[in-house]
Amino acid sequence: MLTTRFGSLQDFQKGGVEPIDDDPKNYVFSNLFEVAGRAAPYARTAIAKNFQYVIEAVRAEGTSGWYTCAHDEFALCMDGEVEVHLIKLSRPEDIAEVGSEGARRLADGMPEGRKMGRVIIRRGHMALLPKGSAYRFQAAHPSALAIQTLDGPETLHRWADICQTTAS
Amino acid sequence: MSSPVPAPTGARSDVEVLASSNDTGYRSFRAGGFHFQRDAYFARVEWPGGRHVMQIDVFLRAIMRDVSWGFFYGVVNFDGVLGTINHYGEVTLFAGRFNEAYRDAGRDHEERFQSPALMAIFKEMLNDWTNEGYDPFAAPMETGVAWGHKNGFNTAAVERQRVTATRMVSLPDDTPLRTDASGYPVNRHFADVPQDEPNVEVEPGFEAEVGAFNLFAYLSRSDVTWNPSVCSVVGESLFCPTSEEFVLPIEHGNDRVEWFLQLSDEITWDVKDKETGKPRARVIARAGDMCCMPADIRHQGYSTKRSMLLVWENASATIPDLIARGEAPVVPVKF
Ligand SMILES: [Fe+2]
Repeated sequence: MLTTRFGSLQDFQKGGVEPIDDDPKNYVFSNLFEVAGRAAPYARTAIAKNFQYVIEAVRAEGTSGWYTCAHDEFALCMDGEVEVHLIKLSRPEDIAEVGSEGARRLADGMPEGRKMGRVIIRRGHMALLPKGSAYRFQAAHPSALAIQTLDGPETLHRWADICQTTAS
Repeated sequence: MSSPVPAPTGARSDVEVLASSNDTGYRSFRAGGFHFQRDAYFARVEWPGGRHVMQIDVFLRAIMRDVSWGFFYGVVNFDGVLGTINHYGEVTLFAGRFNEAYRDAGRDHEERFQSPALMAIFKEMLNDWTNEGYDPFAAPMETGVAWGHKNGFNTAAVERQRVTATRMVSLPDDTPLRTDASGYPVNRHFADVPQDEPNVEVEPGFEAEVGAFNLFAYLSRSDVTWNPSVCSVVGESLFCPTSEEFVLPIEHGNDRVEWFLQLSDEITWDVKDKETGKPRARVIARAGDMCCMPADIRHQGYSTKRSMLLVWENASATIPDLIARGEAPVVPVKF
C-alpha cells in the first residue's frame, strides 16, 4: 500500500522554488507548519493573500480568545485536534461592523448569547465559523489550522520572515 | 465563471459538425477558420496559414478540462501552440499566440468566438472523439486507452461538471459528501487516509450554521484528477481542492494570481513565461507548502503519487477589468 504523506508541526519536509530565470520572492513560498510552529499560539499569520482575502496559519495550543466576524470563515485542521465552541451573538455588529473584513477579537470573558454547538476537528477536517457567531478554539496538544478569511485587524503580515527569498 | 458578459464585439459563432470519416469513424469539426480532425493516434488541427498535430490522449485530457471548467480563468494552453483565452462571455481560440517563435515569425493565428458556440462544438468533439472505456479525467493507470478507431462513447465521463459548493460541502442543501454508496470509493493511492468524520454537536435551530466535514476523506474519494472543485466559499474566495496524479493536462496561464496549498505528498511545478513560454522556475511543493503562481506565468504540475492540492482562487468579476486596465497585481505580495 502506498503511504500518503501529510505534514505535521513535528514532521514536515519543505520544498521550495528553484529559479531558472526568476526571483523566488515572486512565488511567496512558505510552509504552514513552519509558520504555525514558530508563531505564538493563536497568532493569525497570513501565508496567502489575494486582494482582500487571506489564508492564515495558526498554531492551536491551549484555549484561544473569542473571535467574531461579519462574514463566514472556515478552519481546516492540518495537524492535531481542535475543539471549536460556537455562540450566537445577539449583536455581533457591535464588535464586527456589517461589511467589515476579517476576524475581531472579543473582550475577555464568556460572550453573551445562545450556545450554537461544538465541533471537534482532526487532521483534514474543515469547520464553518459562521458569520455573526463568536467562536474560540481549544487544543490539548499543539495543532495547526489554515483559516480561510479576509485580511483583518488580527491578521499578521510577516512575509519577509516566512517566505523564501533566495534560490534554494 | 460568474463574470459579466461584455458587450458584443463581433465575436463569431460559426461552428459546424462535419461528416465522419469512413476510415476512422470519427467526425471532423470546424470552428470559424479552425478545422479539427482525429485519427488513431493524433488530433490534427488546421487554420488559415498553419497546422498542428497533438497526441490524441494529450488533446482529449486538455479539451476535457477546458470544457468542464467553462474555459476557466485566463489562458488554457493545450500545449505550446494551441489553446483558448477566456474573456468571460467570449473566448479566443488561438494557435501560436503564446509561442515566441510563432509570434516573432508572424505565424500566430487567433479567432474570437461567442463562448456558447465554441463550447458547443468542443463538447461535440470531445464526445465523438472519446471512446468507450477511456476517461480523459482519470489518471492514465485507471482508465483505458485513447488510441484507435471509433469505438463507442463515454458520454457520462465527458459530461461531468465541476462540483461547486455554495457555502461548504456537507452543509444542508449543499454539495454532499462522497461515499461508497454514492459511487465514490476511496482511491487506490489514498487507502491509508482516515475516513473519520468530525464530532459535531448542534443545538436545536443551528443545524444550518454548525457544520464540519473530513476534506481529506472527501478528496481521497475523488474519481478525477486535476479538476479543482469548490468546497468552501467566503465571498469571492474559493477553496478549490483537487486530487492530482500524472500531469496537469494543460499549461494554465491564469489572468490573475492563484495560490496552492499542498495538502499531501508532492507536486513538481514547471513555470514558464505566460507570453513566450520560456522556462522561469521549478517549484517543488510538499505537504504544508504554500506558494502563489504570479499572473504573468503559465504552470503545469506533475504528481507521481496521487496527491491532494488546495487551489485557492479569487473569483471576483472585477478582476478582468483590473487586468485590462493594468491595475491587477502580477505578484500578490511585495516584501
Ligand atoms: Fe492554475
